Order: sequence, then structure tokens, then C-alpha cells
Amino acid sequence: MRILTRNFGKPGSEYIAAYGDYKALKKALSIGPREVISEVEASSMLGRGGAAYPTWLKWEFASKSHDSPKYVVANADEGEPGTFKDKAMLEKDPHRLLEGLAIAGYAIGAAEGFIYTRGEYPHAQKVLARAIAEAEAAGFLGEDILGSGFSFRVRTCTGAGAYICGEETALLESVEGYRGCPRLKPPYPTDSGLRGKPTLINNVETLANIPTIILKGGEWYGRIGDPHSPGTKLMCVSGFVKRPGLYEVDTGTTLAELINEQCGGVVGRFKAALPGGVSTRFIRHLDVSIDVPSLVDVGSLPGTGAVIVLNDTVSMVDAAKNCVKFFADESCGKCTPCREGTHRAYEILDRLSRKEGGPGDIGLLRELHAVMYDTSNCGLGQSALNPVISAIDLFEGEFWPGAGQGGGKHGPCDDR
Amino acid sequence: MVHVTIDNKEAFVKEGTTLLEAAGQVHVIIPTLCHFEGLSEYGDCRICMVEVEKEPRLTPACSRLATEGMVVKTNTDRVRRARKLNLELLLANHPYDCLSCVRNQKCDLQRLAYEFGVEKVRFHGSKPDFRVDDTSPSIERDPNLCILCGRCVRTCAEVQGIKAVDFSHRGHAEKVSTAFEENIAKVECVNCGQCILACPVGAIKEHSSIDEVWAALEDPAKHVVVQEAPAVRVALGEEFGMEPGALVGGKMYAALRQLGFDKVFDTNFTADLTIVEEGSELIDRITNGGVLPMITSCSPGWIKYCEHFYPDLLPHLSTCKSPQQMFGALAKTYYAEKAGLDPASIVSVSVMPCTAKKFECVRPEMRSSGYQDVDYVLTTRELASMIRQAGIDFVHERDSEADPLIGTYTGAGTIFGATGGVMEAALRTAYELITKSPPPKLDFKSVRGMEGIKEADVQIGDLSVRVAVAHGLANARKLMDKVRSGEADYHFIEIMTCPGGCVGGGGQPIGVTLKKRMARAKGLYKEDSGMALRKSHENPQVIKLYEEYLGRPLGHRSHELLHTGYRKRKLYDNP
Repeated sequence: MRILTRNFGKPGSEYIAAYGDYKALKKALSIGPREVISEVEASSMLGRGGAAYPTWLKWEFASKSHDSPKYVVANADEGEPGTFKDKAMLEKDPHRLLEGLAIAGYAIGAAEGFIYTRGEYPHAQKVLARAIAEAEAAGFLGEDILGSGFSFRVRTCTGAGAYICGEETALLESVEGYRGCPRLKPPYPTDSGLRGKPTLINNVETLANIPTIILKGGEWYGRIGDPHSPGTKLMCVSGFVKRPGLYEVDTGTTLAELINEQCGGVVGRFKAALPGGVSTRFIRHLDVSIDVPSLVDVGSLPGTGAVIVLNDTVSMVDAAKNCVKFFADESCGKCTPCREGTHRAYEILDRLSRKEGGPGDIGLLRELHAVMYDTSNCGLGQSALNPVISAIDLFEGEFWPGAGQGGGKHGPCDDR
Repeated sequence: MVHVTIDNKEAFVKEGTTLLEAAGQVHVIIPTLCHFEGLSEYGDCRICMVEVEKEPRLTPACSRLATEGMVVKTNTDRVRRARKLNLELLLANHPYDCLSCVRNQKCDLQRLAYEFGVEKVRFHGSKPDFRVDDTSPSIERDPNLCILCGRCVRTCAEVQGIKAVDFSHRGHAEKVSTAFEENIAKVECVNCGQCILACPVGAIKEHSSIDEVWAALEDPAKHVVVQEAPAVRVALGEEFGMEPGALVGGKMYAALRQLGFDKVFDTNFTADLTIVEEGSELIDRITNGGVLPMITSCSPGWIKYCEHFYPDLLPHLSTCKSPQQMFGALAKTYYAEKAGLDPASIVSVSVMPCTAKKFECVRPEMRSSGYQDVDYVLTTRELASMIRQAGIDFVHERDSEADPLIGTYTGAGTIFGATGGVMEAALRTAYELITKSPPPKLDFKSVRGMEGIKEADVQIGDLSVRVAVAHGLANARKLMDKVRSGEADYHFIEIMTCPGGCVGGGGQPIGVTLKKRMARAKGLYKEDSGMALRKSHENPQVIKLYEEYLGRPLGHRSHELLHTGYRKRKLYDNP
């Protein structure tokens, strides 16, 4: 099923002429906000930003919040290594996002929407700005949309290069002009978000699904793919595969099907994969289906949909080190476990990779992971050592020589 | 009311109560590091983490609000391990220089590491390598010691409304810095030192003058005189285990003599003098159509703040120097003349509850005697350090008296150390100068207390005098905005930089709380109420000073020695 990428092949897909009228918005305006939320509830869609939170529930909270004004924000600060799905959505089908955003605004009672784009996406920003102008000219955005009395303006904001601004409350700080550090939660943005007002923040992919859900109905959407996390999912496949790139698959498709059938298979001999970006856990088998329950079962998460495939030429120590280096660089620095923990974890892995570690290092990494998960303020620190610890769990032998333990070059798990 | 269970103890708390506060109510101690009285919660140190039943992760008690039915555990293996590891991480990035640190034994990090039994730090690797900023005459910053708790950042922003420092960079490169990483001496920092009181470690401290003062005391060719601000005598005792607010002026004089000062005078004397000059200036402005409201100028942090943020309102500032600088000017002129001393041989030292005074004394205007009027400023903490170094048993020191000539004071002089004190002292004198009869009541209680902004109408003869008092510069800002907009119809405003006035100054003993500030202020008011002379213009030595040397208030010589001017300053890149 192609929902999100169906227009990608059309010439001029980023123009309103190719996208057509905002039919879903028109329908939403006719059925009313309550019905819109009911349709989203019926779809059972889970958020596509990584946390897999039920989308309708977020909408419900934002809608029930009594304070005003309310805001909706599209999170397009896609910054994790191996992710490029939002970029494609923005550049190839921006009207799908804009329509979804306007429907979200209508559902919760917001008159203003923001799209926060990663600073390194200049082309996407250009396309988006043009699309907003087109939609305004066509009367799909702006004052009294389609004579309904509903007014909705969309503004764009640009990040300045910090990955952490993809964390929703850091994003809000950034929009407000402050340093992008995550806030303390609770309160959650649906109660107190942008400028302290109720704010609905959804990922680009989540919002881009909305027009289809409204047009075809939540029940229709809920029947696609895995019943517990239905719909299609954008997958960014990179690493050692023959045809890396962006793929849209029904949830419930297995990683093996995605990689072997659509991506042309693994280059070399498969070793491990990160199924949802560098904040998820490594897995050793691809016969797992792409849906929330299945990935949770194997100790991982769909995360951002970035599948990174490693073959047997890759050292797991180096891979773990690379992952944690990213988080050490991107930690905002606010809370102790994340700021200090990512840095020390990197130092330990660096020593292990140079065979200069000590026997306590692996245990210390595990201890660090437990406390970082337990005490970090936001998802970055909580999950930063997921790839490290899963690499140790699955390939502990590879870590032994660096820690002055075990025998030869390879550990027992690396039994080629 | 909300019902929560903390470590099996039942707590009933008001809605909006944090878990930390709720725990306090049932006497469960939760350790904290980035939490600080009077500031917003930043929640970054992750030391106060507690377990809430049915939640996947630990939660910070400082910022988490208690909600109905919450079951909290603060003493579990998981909690203890988490706190200990986070402490270990902080220590791993901290120099192990405790023995030579100014905050040794007064360091929150050191105390917590001890309390949690962190006996070994298992993380080895990089240590911070930042430049120490010692460019300011008042404040030294050593980012290498900083644990990024943000207490200084929030103090500067929330208590003082300045934001001279904030976080910059991210991840492990994060640090607290000034705009464009400019030297602290060149930015809008007003040198108040509240950040020093807030710092849990030794990352911020005063620029010490102890060595210079020892050298002067050792030099037989120098005649070393000392003055002490009112607020020092109600806080110095804390450094020696005495109660906050204990009045130790007599012991202080004795200890200063033991240290080797040739003359021990008192800033309270020039506090009285300030009132006579400033009171006269106020009456002059009111009767001759001068700029009103007139605003006090005793607090050097406030002066620099006004120069940075309200340069258009500088004409509102009283032209009177602060008591410290009046003293400095007189010590090297009047006193030198009376004592037959060459002013070049006099070293003038002051002991202040304040770090901004160190900046004030090196301002180029402060050389009316032809020399730098005040040579060195010691904070209360530095004096305590010298007393300890000298082996003086401070607690058992016998009370002594200040030297005469410029050492006698009235109750009005001593209350300068508390917020509202200058106002009250001025009102006592202004009343009598205007009506030629004493005020019916000497206590002007409406300007006392820890309320951030206090207002009062005082009837003096036919004139209803409208006054306002602010302490803490965030409060001052509110008043100044009203003055700027023309909304304020006050005649006279007292502004003190620090919360509580000088008793809460940035040079006072570490560990200040609202309770301690109140106790110190109480100590000053107690001294005042017990004094025979409680109006500045009745100070016999002030009267003598005018008769024999100055002539009259606002006269020619007063203007030369006791008054000053101000300048506009930029927010950064100052020369």
C-alpha cells in the first residue's frame, strides 16, 4: 500500500496542481472536530516520531485542554543518523503535511500551526514556503477556510543544527527563541507547550497520514498491516544493503522482506541491524515484523524507521562507539547522566576499540546504561546506550579483547 | 489537599507542592544539588531522583508535583545507586583539588559524595580545561570546577534580572559563559556576588585581597586603617559557629586589632555622614525642583546596574558616594591631617558583606584624596579566613571599641545593613531637618521587612513624602520601569542590590537563606533600638567633622570629597 509516497513519482509532485484540492480538510470541516478525532481514534495509528504514542489520545488531550490559544506543531527536525523520510515528505509532497496540519489544528481548536524544520534542509524549506503560499492562495490556509469560519495560519521555523531540538519540548524552546534544551515533564505540551499554551506536536509522517485517514475513514486505515500498529510506515534503509533508500511498507512486513525483496539484499554477510535508528537496540535476525509489538518483543522499537544494516566486516565495538559518539555530541548538556554519561561511555568504548580498556569496563557500561535510562531528563539520554548495551548483549565476545579479557581477536559470539 | 505516601509516611499537602517539599513535611530528607532556595527548579543534576510507584523511570523530586495517591520511595537500592552514579559522574569531571579549594568543607558536591559513600570514581578520561576568568576586581570564575547546576545562571536571571551568565555550548562542552565569552569584567555583570552564594562548589569566588592586606599589615612603613560595614557584624559570627544575627561588633574590633590594624574605625560613622549629606540633597531637590524621585547610591552593584540598564535615569541617583567611599576619602584627608600622617603612607582597608565594593574602590572617580581612597576590600568571608589564619579565638575574644574620630555611630548608621535601613535613617533625619522637631516615632516599620518592594507615605510637616524600597535587582527593575514611564510619583527610593540588603550581600558567609537574612537584619534593628543616639545628625563626631573640616552639608569640601558622578555603560565590550 502506498499512502504517503503515492505522489512521489508524479512530475511536479510538490505543487498543489499535482496534489489537488484539500478534500480531506473539506470533509473534516463538514463532520466537525469531534468526528475528526473519532476517525483518528478508529485508525489506531501510533505516532511516527519514535515514541509510538496513540495519535488520537494526544489530540484528545490537546482538544480537552481549556486554555487558549492552542497551537499545533509539525516536528520536521529529522536529525538522527540514517533518517531521511521527513525530508522526502517535505520536498515531494508538502501539501499532504499541510493538509494534515490544518486538520489537526481544526480538531483541537488551534488557529496557528508551526512547522519546525531541520536547519540542514534548505531545499525542503523552500518547497514548503512555496506550498504554504499556494495553499493560502487557494483558500486552504488562512482566514475563514472554505467559508467554514475556521482560520488557520502556518508558520515555518528552522533549527540551527542541534539534534536535540527534535525532542518536542526542546523544539518548543527553540521556537520561542531559547536554547534548545528539553523541559521538565510533566507538564506535557498538550497542557503547557508553546508559550505555555496547549500544543499538539506531531511528526511529519504522522500528520501526512491524516488526510487519508479522514478521506477513507479510520476503520479502513486500521485494517492496513499490523492491527496493533496499523498503517504504512516509511522506512529509511541504509548501511550494507544493495539498494539503500526510502521505502513505504505496510506494518507487519518483516525486515527480511524489506531488505531482501525491496532493497535487493545485504551486501556481504548480514551481522546485525538497528531497526529504528541509533537509539534502538541492535537485532541479529531480520525475521521480525515491522510493528510496535514485534519490535518491542525483540527488545527494540520502530523508532524513527531508520534501518541501518551492518555486515560482518563491521566491528560491533566500533559501531557502538559511533552510535554513542553521536549522542555525546548531541546531548544538550543539561542533565548530569546524559551530559557526563554519553561522554564517559564514548571514552570507555574508545579505549575498548583501541584494546586499552579494563576488565570493569563492560560492567560499568551496563551500570551507566541503567542509570541513564532511569534518570535522564529526555529520550536522548534514556536511550543513548541502547545500541551499546544491545551490542554487548549480542556480541559480548567482541568487547572482551579490548577489556583485556578472553583470548584472541574475536570473542565466542563471533563464530564465523 | 493532595494525599501522597513517601517512604510509608502519609503526607497531606496543598496542590502544587513538589515531592521535595512534601518529603520535607514528613521529615524525609532528599538530597539536592541544583535546587536552591528562591529559584525556579531546573531539575538537571538528577540527584533528587525518587521512585514513584507504577512509573517506568525515576523522577526528580524537586520539580515533580505531588498528585493524589502517589506512592513514593526515596530509599531503595535503585534510587541510591542512581544518585551515587550521577555523583560519580560529576566527580569524574571535577578536579580533585578539594584541599586547596576555597569551598573545602563548604561544598555541596563534596558533602554529597561523602554522604553517598562515593569512595572511588571509576570513570577516567578527560577533565575540563577552561580558562579561569580573573579579569574582574570582584569575581573570579573557574569553569573547571563548575558542575553546571545552573544556580548562578538562575540567580543572575531571576534574583537580579540581569542574565550576565548563561549556558553555552552543548554536551560535554557545555559551560556557563558570558555574552560572546567575553571577560566578566567587560560585560553587564554588576559584581553583586549572589552567584557566589548560589554556587554549590568553588567555581565562583571573590577576587581575594587577603595577601595584599597581610603584606600591608607586615609593612612597618604603612599605617593601616580599617572600616567595617554594618552587615558584617551580624554575620561574621556564623563563620565561627555562632548564631546568624549574633551581634559581634565588639569581637570584630578586637580581632582586627589582633590582626595588626593600626586604627579600627567603622563604616557606620560614614553611614551617618551619608544620611546627613543625602538627606540634605533630598531636601534640596524637593525644595528647589531637582530631579525626583531621588534614588540611593550606597550599593555599588545597583549603581553599575543603573549605568548599564537605565543610563537615562542616572540623574535620579543621589550624587552621594557610598559610606565606604566617603570613609576612604576622609581617611586620607581629614584623618591624615588630624593624626599628622602622610596620606601616602596610609593603607585603607574595608571589610564588606559585598563583592561589588571591590569594584567600587577601583573606580577612577574614587580618588578624591589624591590617592586611591580605599585600597583593599575584604569580604566578610575573607576577614574570617584571616582571623582563622591568625589563630584568633574569635568566639572568646573580648569586646572592644572602635577608635574615635571616624568610628562612632548612631543606630541610624547600623541599620544601613538591612533593606529599608537607609530609608528609615534618612526619614529620621529629614523629618527633623524639615520640621525642626524630632519625629514622633523613630521606627518607620513600613519600610522594614523582606517584601521585595515596599512603599510608604510619610507625613513630614506639610509634605507627604512618598517613598519606595526595593532589594534584589529584579525588584529594582520593576520600580525603575515605573520611574522611566513616569508612573512613579515617589520622592525617594532606596535600592539595594542584594536580597535583604547588605545582610544578604555576596560577600557574606556561604549558606545564606531567607531565615538567616532575617536573623541578621533583626540583629541590626536590635542594636539600633538599644542605642542612645539613633539619628545620624546627632552623631557627635559627624557634627565635629562639619565644624572642623567640611563646613556644611553639600558645601564645597563635601562636594569634593563626598560626592561623585556616574557614566553610561554598554551591555558588553566595556573598556
